[in-house]
Amino acid sequence: MLTYLANPARFMAFSAWAAPIFLVAALVLLAIGVPWGLFCSPADYQQGETVRIMYLHVPSAWWSMGIYAFMGVASFVGLVWRHALADVAARAAAPIGAMFAAVCLITGSLWGAPTWGTWWEWDGRLTSMLALFVIYLGYIALWSAIEDEEKVARLAAILCLVGLVNLPIIKFSVDWWSTLHQPASIMRAGGSSIHPSMMGPLFTMAGGFLCLFAALLMMNMRAAVFRRRVEAARLRGAES
Amino acid sequence: MSALVATFRRDLALMWGGGGGALAPLGFFLGATMLVPLAMGPERNLLAAAGPPLVWIAAALSVLATLERLFQADLEDGSLDHMLLSPAPLEMIVLAKGAALWVAVGLPLALASAPAAIALQAPPELVPAIVLSLLLGMAAFIGIGLVGAAITAGVKRGGVLIALIVLPFFAPPIIFGAAVAGGEHVSAALSVLAGFALAALALGPIAAAAALRLQAE
Repeated sequence: MLTYLANPARFMAFSAWAAPIFLVAALVLLAIGVPWGLFCSPADYQQGETVRIMYLHVPSAWWSMGIYAFMGVASFVGLVWRHALADVAARAAAPIGAMFAAVCLITGSLWGAPTWGTWWEWDGRLTSMLALFVIYLGYIALWSAIEDEEKVARLAAILCLVGLVNLPIIKFSVDWWSTLHQPASIMRAGGSSIHPSMMGPLFTMAGGFLCLFAALLMMNMRAAVFRRRVEAARLRGAES
Repeated sequence: MSALVATFRRDLALMWGGGGGALAPLGFFLGATMLVPLAMGPERNLLAAAGPPLVWIAAALSVLATLERLFQADLEDGSLDHMLLSPAPLEMIVLAKGAALWVAVGLPLALASAPAAIALQAPPELVPAIVLSLLLGMAAFIGIGLVGAAITAGVKRGGVLIALIVLPFFAPPIIFGAAVAGGEHVSAALSVLAGFALAALALGPIAAAAALRLQAE
């Protein structure tokens, strides 16, 4: 599938119809997940209504890390096989991942204020998540600082691979430093500890965010490919 | 081997010789330290509780200030091409440059942290541990900084970009360095710092060399 799409022409043909489909799927899933999570799911016996923030917070946390891992794979492919479309994919994914990281931090802060009694606590999970957001910003800034696209693609790939060390730190931060943020409750040994009535809206939202990422990624990548074509055409025009 | 020694001595001479290059970060370090009690208020107990770890912030920022020109100068005057042609592996040459930076800037900064920490009301018996922690911390900062400097070597006025790229990776040494300066779990924190410094010095030059090979193309 990925090797098939590695050809830019095939990718453009595929994404022309796949991007709108993913966008519609995202809107449908979010249209189900948002009212399900915010109105129709049970309130928590301890947290009350604030538990509903989880339906935004947890999926955006997952995908902010998932997108960085995706960028890591794309960077590796771009670095090793010098594949132009992989570089485009890594660059296109970064602003989306940064947005999810920001949503995660903001919703977490909004949830923490009534529940923990503080907007922010410098515990391992929050700090490493903030580091991920800053790494995203540095990665994006690097792309816009260097004009030579082929060179910056590989420099950014090196930076992205170096930044991968932060992902396990985020994942295991709640186990290493048991301070304020609660440990994993879904992907943990001994099965999930979360009630099934909350799993439905949570995974619907996660699916919606994933489809949203896929749609935005393809739209960003298409825009980048079109921009390159325009520049190539302009160069040809200047030569003739 | 001789190429590595030559690189080390050249960089050291450039940093110590050319306009007191190593004195500037030292002055920066002391100036930043001086601002801490001004911002926090000179109240002794408050300063003693929160001040000493801030030498670590000042030290981290001082190292950042030296990174921008580290490889940029070599890229501009063609030294980098010679390093690439050298039979010595580029990774080792990068490490030699890092070692020179550690001797020229890291060592004086770590020593200067002793009076700085005392001025910030650190308990005197803790000062040797703080100096030791900064000796290790400087190695960690430089190992990470090599990567940031190599990635941004081609960027004009890339100082802010280097800071943005490098600062999140400074978090672990700052956490454990501040633990030493705060007098908590000193020997454990020093061990972790040493481990982090070794990892940064082992892995940093590899990533930095990969970036420098791209810069020279």
